[in-house]
Amino acid sequence: MERSVEALERDLKSVRKYYGSGKTKDASWRESQLKGLQNFIVEREEEIVRALKHDLGKHYVEAFRDEVGTLMKTLNLATKSLKKWMAAKEAKLPQIALLSSAELVPEPLGLVLIISSWNFPFGLSLEPLIGAVAAGNTVVLKPSEMSPSCSSLLATVLPTYLDNKAIKVIEGGPEVGELLLQQKWDKIFFTGSARVGRIVMSAAAVHLTPVTLELGGKCPALVDSLSFSWDREVAAKRILVAKFGACAGQACIAIDYILVEKGFSSNLVSLMKVWIKKMFGENPKESNTIARIVNKKQFMRLKNFLTEPKVKESVVVGGSMHENDLFIEPTILLDPPLDSEIMSEEIFGPVLPIITLDKIEDSVEFINSRPKPLAIYAFTKNQTLQRRLLSETSSGSLVFNDAILQYIADTLPFGGVGECGFGKYHGKFSFDLFSHHKAVARRSYFTDFWFRFPPWTLQKLQLLEVSYNLDYLGILLVILGLKRSKRSLS
Amino acid sequence: MAGAESGSQKKVFDAEAASFLVKELRESFGSGRTRSYEWRVSQVKALLKAVVENEDQIVDALRSDLAKPPLETVVYEVGMFKNSCEVILKELKHWMVPEKVKTSISTFPSSAEIVPEPLGVVLVISAWNYPILLSLDPVVGAIAAGNAVVLKPSEIAPASSSLLAKLIEKYMDNSFIRVVEGAVDETTALLQQKWDKIFYTGNGKVGRIVMTAAAKHLTPVVLELGGKSPVVVDSNINLKVAARRIISGKWGLNNGQACISPDYIITTKDCAPKLVDVLKTELENCYGKNPLESEDLSRIVSSNHFARLSKLLNDDKVSGKIAYGGEKDEKKLRIAPTVLLDVPQDSLIMGEEIFGPLLPIITVNKVEESIDVINSGSKPLAAYIFTNNKKFKEQFVKNVSAGGLLVNDTVLHLVVHTLPFGGVGESGMGAYHGKFSFDAFTHKKAVLYRSFAGDASLRYPPYTDTKLRLMKALIGGSIIGIIRALFGWS
Repeated sequence: MERSVEALERDLKSVRKYYGSGKTKDASWRESQLKGLQNFIVEREEEIVRALKHDLGKHYVEAFRDEVGTLMKTLNLATKSLKKWMAAKEAKLPQIALLSSAELVPEPLGLVLIISSWNFPFGLSLEPLIGAVAAGNTVVLKPSEMSPSCSSLLATVLPTYLDNKAIKVIEGGPEVGELLLQQKWDKIFFTGSARVGRIVMSAAAVHLTPVTLELGGKCPALVDSLSFSWDREVAAKRILVAKFGACAGQACIAIDYILVEKGFSSNLVSLMKVWIKKMFGENPKESNTIARIVNKKQFMRLKNFLTEPKVKESVVVGGSMHENDLFIEPTILLDPPLDSEIMSEEIFGPVLPIITLDKIEDSVEFINSRPKPLAIYAFTKNQTLQRRLLSETSSGSLVFNDAILQYIADTLPFGGVGECGFGKYHGKFSFDLFSHHKAVARRSYFTDFWFRFPPWTLQKLQLLEVSYNLDYLGILLVILGLKRSKRSLS
Repeated sequence: MAGAESGSQKKVFDAEAASFLVKELRESFGSGRTRSYEWRVSQVKALLKAVVENEDQIVDALRSDLAKPPLETVVYEVGMFKNSCEVILKELKHWMVPEKVKTSISTFPSSAEIVPEPLGVVLVISAWNYPILLSLDPVVGAIAAGNAVVLKPSEIAPASSSLLAKLIEKYMDNSFIRVVEGAVDETTALLQQKWDKIFYTGNGKVGRIVMTAAAKHLTPVVLELGGKSPVVVDSNINLKVAARRIISGKWGLNNGQACISPDYIITTKDCAPKLVDVLKTELENCYGKNPLESEDLSRIVSSNHFARLSKLLNDDKVSGKIAYGGEKDEKKLRIAPTVLLDVPQDSLIMGEEIFGPLLPIITVNKVEESIDVINSGSKPLAAYIFTNNKKFKEQFVKNVSAGGLLVNDTVLHLVVHTLPFGGVGESGMGAYHGKFSFDAFTHKKAVLYRSFAGDASLRYPPYTDTKLRLMKALIGGSIIGIIRALFGWS
């Protein structure tokens, strides 16, 4: 679709005008939009799932678990909590306060831009959208052109459920993205790569627009030499489903690589072999439970990782690639070289390197010598190690004995640190992200201390000082002339 | 450059030196020492001591840089900083405690917490108008949060800048806390480095440069900018009290050179002459008949700013509008408190932040129109309203967007540490003061704990219809649904 700058600017102007009318600030408007989103999800579930199958080959269950279901959960929470979130929060005042009351009033930012990503085209578009409308903003959403069926469903069907004067969906590729970024927004929410993240933030700087960047990174999973076979099995299963069962590893919080003690690695590999077969069958491609690679370009990128000779030699499970169907079999590598591309770039695909260490404790140093990841996963019962990971490493989130699950815990903020981005959302955090918390203080005309006003004298200085320290007795003493200052004003 | 042990010879601070500095601090930060409560408290105390023991020098430095009245220095620079430190010393332990959060049935059984952790090495670039407070308040927040810090004070207040360099070298742990003095070149060298956060106080023009530089490294920024903060004066109020409160916030704060000082007044046509009269009387009470000689007013910081303010005053559109003041002394860089009545919206003075002792008054027919006047410009850092009309008050709070709103006074919201201080839109992004300072320099890590027990097979492929039903029930949080799905009833 061709879009001219003029048409876009005209559209945005009318959205801003609509925002100016104050309509979107009403709780009833916000509720109606949340309701609209809910109806879209429920009534269009079939189409959503079909679009995901078409663009990414996602299985119905996976599509429900990661996109439809989580969105329903978020919408339930937002609808239920909206009034509470919108309420002003009182700020405590010191007893001697000159102010009579102070509160924090959440207010919408205005017109916000959401640029989402292709791997969870509904989740990553609507999760922030829910926050933005709950906070009372007008919104432009640009879905990713790399999942075209999903993008088109969002552009053609979603608007029929929402107030189109306030919420627009604009489809397109990088040119449209660039066009949008030239406009002035009150917030930009971007999910994607660090490279584009830099472009987004530079563009935002021109208008002093705050941004949230949800990027990726190499998320490690360390696996301790677990002594119970049950634990080992559960760990292996959770790792496999988190890696291969969530868009075939094409997720920002997917496990990127595993850290394990040398002695335990063969045990882990054979366990995984068994469970890959149990989950995905003898022929994973035919099982239709694993998503495919999004496009040829991404496929070739992954293929190139694996063609590096030393990396190729390290394949211990899988490794087959079907270019025509854009399918890569669940693949596990054992100790590929650390300076290989696959160990320096985010993998974002169904390939899982295992790196062996002499001692599992070495993983702390291993992780800290690399950029901060979006998530760290640690399968261990060792409390000392847990504590060390907690206090000595830094990451967006830290999960013990599971993976990916933090995405659906809406009491936890979801977002990165360092190279993997900044800004947090999910649950109440989404609401806060799209709100300005305005400080509002009130006073009466009564008490006015004469010492607030010039001309300045030594006594006024003393009085101001004691009242800052909330020293009642001091005030009295100064007024009565019983307390001398060590200062002089000259 | 302070804190560098490279020898007595003063070297140029270039990109290489900056890169070396950051590398050094990063290595120190890696030791983990700044994470401990003890280190943080010792440094907050040391900084507090540096200020308390050297109050006289601070007063002298500000007198030299701005002819700032000692009382203003003691109250707003030293006093407020002391307050900040005391709040930190009292609350820090509490702030550092991880926050336990509830988890839902979909991740059951699990526990979760939000763990505050330092960001790393941060840069604070401060301003010349409150050179001590605007430097040390963010620095102490960064320290409380456990970061290593580099402070770049403003070269436009040279005495304060060199005092800060001296004090921090003498009192602080220089393996983590440093000062770099300098102007554009030094700042450019610093901005080329990778920081974990940049905290900038100043103007929108440089704010854009800072954010653009930060974008290259994906560094989050806090921008504390200014804007035209309006004061709305209703007619039904005690004008004398209002006038005095406006005076103390405008001329009593560095002679109008403060980011939150009232920039212009909006009042009704009827009320305007009365307000001007009261302002005249009260200004004379405060600063005498010859304000150019008053010791209780700061001077203009530099000849550049003096020229800029003169230009605003010499604009043809406002030259006949001076209702009070207007006297200037170029040699001493002094401008008297000046009130301008009925200034047109398209004048120079209404087109930029004034940041000086000029106060234009805009008149409207009905006071309610002030909301439209304010909303037609960009969002200010603060908005003040004097009224007894409850309905108008609420209308104003709801419809005017600003960093902070204060009813029936000016500036005081700044001293309430339970309120966040920061802008929105053109007036900046991010907030600080009290706990908000700690949060501004903290990453909130999401931590989820799971055990190996209670693993539901529904998470794992091969996917079946029962699994899908169960998942739907779990997402909906419906116990009945779960039971039905388990028994295969639905």
